[in-house]
Formats: sequence, structure tokens, C-alpha cells
Amino acid sequence: MNAFARLLSGAALTATLAATAPALWAETPANMLVVANRIDDITTLDPAENFEFAGGDVLRNVYGRLVNFDPLDYEAGYQPDLAESWEVSEDGRSITFTMREGVTFTSGNPVTAEDAAFSLRRAVLLNLTPSFLLTQFGFTPDNIDETIRAEGNTLIVTTDKAYATSFVLNCLTATIGSILDKKTVLEHEVDGDMGHDWLKTHSAGSAAYSLVAWKPNESVTLQANPDFYQGAPAMKRVIVRHIAESATQRLLLERGDIDVARNLNPQDVQGLDGAEGVRIQEELKGYLMYASFNQKIPELQDPKVLEALKYLVDYEGMANSFLKGQWTIQQNFLPQTYLGAVKENPFFFDLEHAKTLLSEAGVDGLELTIGVRDVQERMEIAQSMQNTFAQAGIDLNIEVGTGKQILAKYRARDLDVYLGTWGPDYPDPQTNASTFAYNPDNSAEAQNGGILAWRNSWDADGLTEMTEAAVTERDTAKRIEMYHEIQARFRETSPFVIMFQAIEQDGLRENVEGFTTGQAIADASYWKVTK
Amino acid sequence: MTLGSIAITMLGLLFVTFLIGRVMPIDPVLAIVGERASPEVYARVHQELGLDRPLMVQFWFYLQDVLRGDFGTSLLTARPVSEDIARVFPATLELATLGTLIGVLLGVPLGVLAAVRRGSWIDQVARVVALVGYSMPIFWLGLMGLLIFYGILGWVGGPGRLSIFYDGMIEPVTGMILIDSALAGDWTVFRDAVNHIVLPASLLGYYSLAYISRMTRSFMLEQMSAEYVTTARVKGLSERAVIWNHAFRNIRVQLITVIALSYAGLLEGSVLTEIIFAWPGIGSYITNALLSADMSAVLGGTVVVGLAFVLLNVFSDLLYKVFDPRAK
Repeated sequence: MNAFARLLSGAALTATLAATAPALWAETPANMLVVANRIDDITTLDPAENFEFAGGDVLRNVYGRLVNFDPLDYEAGYQPDLAESWEVSEDGRSITFTMREGVTFTSGNPVTAEDAAFSLRRAVLLNLTPSFLLTQFGFTPDNIDETIRAEGNTLIVTTDKAYATSFVLNCLTATIGSILDKKTVLEHEVDGDMGHDWLKTHSAGSAAYSLVAWKPNESVTLQANPDFYQGAPAMKRVIVRHIAESATQRLLLERGDIDVARNLNPQDVQGLDGAEGVRIQEELKGYLMYASFNQKIPELQDPKVLEALKYLVDYEGMANSFLKGQWTIQQNFLPQTYLGAVKENPFFFDLEHAKTLLSEAGVDGLELTIGVRDVQERMEIAQSMQNTFAQAGIDLNIEVGTGKQILAKYRARDLDVYLGTWGPDYPDPQTNASTFAYNPDNSAEAQNGGILAWRNSWDADGLTEMTEAAVTERDTAKRIEMYHEIQARFRETSPFVIMFQAIEQDGLRENVEGFTTGQAIADASYWKVTK
Repeated sequence: MTLGSIAITMLGLLFVTFLIGRVMPIDPVLAIVGERASPEVYARVHQELGLDRPLMVQFWFYLQDVLRGDFGTSLLTARPVSEDIARVFPATLELATLGTLIGVLLGVPLGVLAAVRRGSWIDQVARVVALVGYSMPIFWLGLMGLLIFYGILGWVGGPGRLSIFYDGMIEPVTGMILIDSALAGDWTVFRDAVNHIVLPASLLGYYSLAYISRMTRSFMLEQMSAEYVTTARVKGLSERAVIWNHAFRNIRVQLITVIALSYAGLLEGSVLTEIIFAWPGIGSYITNALLSADMSAVLGGTVVVGLAFVLLNVFSDLLYKVFDPRAK
């Protein structure tokens, strides 16, 4: 390296560089947080439309919600935010929120129950992609005047069924639950769009920050709200800069030009080990890596065969080698940090046990095709499975395709085995339970491609009813218990081999405290960050 | 190029790009609404985009919009594509112009010297320089450059056009930060901008140099073996006069084409450099748009790059006429 550096420093190029090289690199300013992240997925900053990660990060810091998570204590679950308290009616269908007094939007307008009603109604009326998070409670454009209404300082929300309170409130912590400044938004309304166009690139919230600028594929700049009701944030400005390359993020972090690097690959994380002034922070995220076995194939319907398959995956071997640091073993459909998550991971690679089970089931040799998207780590997982399955006499042919190709086949129930990831849609256990452990109609005609159990032709073995019961259980402790039961049975009988949960490894300058990316259930938050 | 042929070229470019956009196995509706959208949302957006109309009708409407300067709205940025391009193109223009300048200022003399001293050490050096330029992947050189000059030595600024603290301090006039900061008389920002552009521009300049020096060398070799050069020498002209006033004079027209091509290449082909250096230019804009099925942005970007090609062609034609009396 030194020789190479010397060689290059002799070149004419170097002379040009030297002429223009003052001491440029101090640390980032003490009251500014600079984050490097891939933000090219931001397409809109309207909370009624945003459904991507980087946009969710921005909106979490810009908009208050009725209830919200505490960035430093996710285990506590949702907490009062703009709603100070709430009461559930006796029939369990209405929740009356009492709004917190004295909170203002960054415009100076007070936050009222009317603003909250407007924001939720607006999301239903605009009917954009994430609107199902609200319409699943039975809100429609025709009934929202009655089902979401403001009365004085209270907001009354009436659902079509008596759902678990935790289910409704968890959904209200999602981006779509953001409370907007009605007056400001309507000032920018064009052709009855309820300010949709304007809100794509502006903010009208009451949280810790307001949006200064979003330069697509370049940067997002946030300005602190000095009147934030939880106290003015220490970081007066937050700049999230789009840096696609992991190696570049690492360099910037090492030089102190950024405070946080969010897309480091395992090699760069390793490279930062022992680097001066830098530490790695790990957070569990919501993505699960799983394989699933199509129940259309007769051999795969045998419970013994399914059990054998679960013992034929080398979980530890993969987690400790090529997946090191970025995936951890998780064999349940609820990611850790979710309400109702469990830590039981009973399966491990046990060839003899698997062979015994297969011979008890009378299966001697089996040929299956596994569909895999052309992503490095997934191909490596498929190869590992191919290897361990072969030891028990199962031939696993790997079919590689683009994400869209493989997904289309999977959704049409045309794959023997699928290997891929699943990310939850909203921060409540119902999101994954309703797709892994729920299948009200397993017939081909049902075309329920959105449900993972259906994609595998699995009738969910009685878990459908249990899932329905759990989502309407109003006692949260009991509800948690129900998800434990569902997952226990799911582990035993389902054709899903859930393997890993994603871990985000962020590189942080040593002086950065209080930064979190929201774990599996929320988005990044900056207002507790100090340096 | 006449105005007519320019128009036909542009029309052809528009049509082919449009067609590729439509046959690509990417669903622009899915790109907008996401995988989990309901069928109603999907159908509504499909109709809003006009995708239910026949292809030629879609093209006809598109053409009318383009003539009005309206490239539509980008899915990725939710802003008019023309506005996006006005923001990203100057960044690329600034980088590619500086890269080409470096390439020409170093590449032409190197090529001439290599030809004149054929077989000497300088020719060998030129050969190695060009070979490395041709064969080394640009992303590798870019990362190594960043590692050494920014990471280890700390001589240049990191990725991006400016240090983050200066971001937004200069009102965009031309969109080229070097020019804008100079116009504003803000030399701190100017110096910071120079520090950031010097490495990516040198990298592009190096690639341009590799190409230009090889071409210059071979053009010069051809001239040096021509009879008129021998005649000039016999007449007793100094070697310097033979090289520069006779041989080099005759390769100027060919060189203009080479430089114009290299410049145009940098304008659209510096995608990897832009990604490594987080340079928000048109290369990374079009690539991002393409990967996200943002067809309005892809078409708009392609038209602008195509137009730049055509204009460079016209410009080099004009220069021919200046340097080569036969072309008049």
C-alpha cells in the first residue's frame, strides 16, 4: 500500500491535489447529525402514501401520532404521544382518545382532535397503498364521518368489530397514523387532493423535526423543532445523505465526515473492528428468512417428513459463516421485539434424527426444486440446504431467477420449495400471523396470493381460527399468550422452515448516543441522539 | 448535420427508447403502488399512466408533451423530470468537462511525444498508462483513489460535491458549483468544491487520457511516416516545426472527433464514478430510474444525453470547417 501510495504521489495528479488541500476534516458539527444511508427508495413523503423504509425514517421524526414507541424503550410497547390517554367502550368497538393539551405544529397551530380526525380520514379517502392499515378496521369513505370523529378535545374511533385494543393501537403507530396540520395542509390543496402533491415534498407535523429539503437520491435535511413538546432535540440539524456504496460509507465514517453509516456489508463491518473512534451497533429488524414446502406434493404432507426437513437445515453453520453478524437464528414467524415474540428455536442440524424420521415416513429419495432469487446470500443458503438435504437422500435442484420471476411462480403455487424473506407490514403480530398462520380458503380458486399459507397450499391446520381469535382478544396479556400457542403449533406442524431474523449493523462514531433504527417495529429516530 | 437530420435522429432516439421502455419486463404500475397494493389501486394507476391505450397513441401523446418540454413526472422524485434533469445534468457536465480537459491537456502531448520518440521510455510509459486505463475497472480505481487520497492521506474531499456543511449555501445559477461559488465570490465553498471534484475528475481524466493519447499516437505515427514530413525535414525545418506545424496540424480534425466522442462518453458513461463518489449526476439518475422502472425519467434523461451527443457532433462539424478548409 505504501509503495503504491508513494508511486501515485509522485504523479502529476498528486501535485494538483496538494495545491488544494487545506485541513478540511474536522468532525461533524456538535449539534448536527450526519447519516449515510441508501435513500433512493423515497418516492413520497406524504404519510398517507409512504410505505418504504427511508421515507418511514424521515416521517417518524417529523410527525407525531396518537400513540408511539419510545425510541429508548421498545419493550414497553406503544405509549401515549399526541393522545394523552384513551378509553375503550364496553362493546370494545370504540376507542376515545383524549388529546394532549398545549402541543403545537411547527407552523404554530395547536394540535387538535380535529387534526387527528382529518389525518386518519384523509388516509382512508386518498386510498393509497398503505391505506389497508386503516381500512382493515372497517373504515370506508362512506362511513368515516361517523367512525372517525372529533368531539371537543377527544377523538372517537369506531371499528367494525371488537378488535384487540393492542392491534388497533399498534397500527396507529405506523406511518399512516401520522397527525397532520389540517390548516396548513388544506392551504396547499390543489383540485381536491387534500394537499397530497404538496405533502410529497413538504412536512406539516408536530414532532421533533421539520423537513427542510429532500433532494431525491441525494439528501434529506431536517431542522429541529425548538417547541417539540418532549423537549428540543440536541441535534439541531439532521442530514441523511444518499451513499450507495458500503465501502464509501465506511471511509466517510472513519474520516469522521459522517456520524452514522447504515448500509455496511459484513466485510466492512469486520474491517471497522478496532478502528479508532468508531463502534458497531446492532439492532434486530423485522425481516425473516425462511423456506417453505408446497403441500401439493404428497410426500411433503407427511408431518414426519416436515419435521425431518426442519432438522436438515444447518442453521448454526450458516449463521456463523457467510451470514455472520447480519442474520440471527429465529425459528418463529414473529420477529424478536414484536408483541408476542418467542425465543424457542428447537431445531438444529441433526442428520441421524432426520434420516430416522424419513424412514419412518417411508420416504426413500425425493427430488424437489427450490426457487431462489438471484441474491448472493440466498443462493448460498440454498446451496447449504442442497448439501445437507442430499445427505439424507433428498435432491434439491436450485432454480435461480429474478425476484419477480420467482415471486410470480410462488404466488401461483407453482414452486416445490421457496426460499426468501418476509417483512412485516405493520408493528402488530397480526401482520405475520395473518399471512403465515391463516388461510380461510385453501382452494385454488381463492387466489389468495397475499397469504403465505395459501401460496404453499397449506390449510393452516386450525390456526386460522386461533389467529382470528387472537386479533379480537382485548386483554393484551392473554393475547400474547395466544400468539405463543399459535407459534408453538406452527413450529410443529407448518411446512415453513423459518431460519433467520435480520440484524442491521450500523457503524457509529463513538460519541453518538441514543441513535436507534426502530428495531423490527418502528423506524429510525433522531430526537434522542446526543454527541 | 442539417436541422432535418438532427430532428430525425432525435425522433428515432425517442421512439426506440420509448419502445424499450414499454417492452422491458418491469411493471411501472407496480413500481408506483408496490407489491401489496389492492387490485383497485393497481387498476387506477394503470389507467392514470395511460397504459391502457394503444402503444402508438401513447407515443403520440408522449411526443407532444416532449415538444412542449414536458417529460412528465418522475415516479422516484415526484417532481417534473425536466426539473430533475436541470438539477442533475450540470453536476455531470461539470465533472465530464473537467475530466475531458485533463484528458486533452495531458493525453495529446503524451500521444505526440510517444509517436515522436517511438520505442523510447516515454512511449513505453504512455503504453502502460493507456493499458492500465483500458483494463482497470473504474470502480476499483475509484475506490482505491478514495482510500488513498481521501482515507489515508486526507488530501482531497470525500464523496459528494461539497462537504455536507456547505450544502445549500450557494444559490444555484448554472448548477455547476465551481462556477456558482466563483460568481458568488465564496472562495471557501469554491475550494471545498475543488477538493471534492479533483479526484473523480482526475479519474475520468485518466480514462479520457488513456484513449486520447493512444489515438493521438497512432494519428501522429501515420503523419510522421508521410512524405511531406520527410520533405519538410529535408528542407531543413526544425524538428519542432515539423512536428507541431506540419504533422500535428494535419491530425487536428481527427483529434476533434476523438475528443468529442470521449467527452460524450463521459457525459453518459460515468455512472460508476458517480455512484462511487456519490456524485448526483445524470448517469446515476438514469440508472436509478431504470432500475425502478421510472420510465418518464429514463426517457427524459436519454433524450437529454442524446441531444448532448447531437450537439457535440454539430460542434465538431463546425470545428472541422474552421480547421480543414476542404470541409468548407
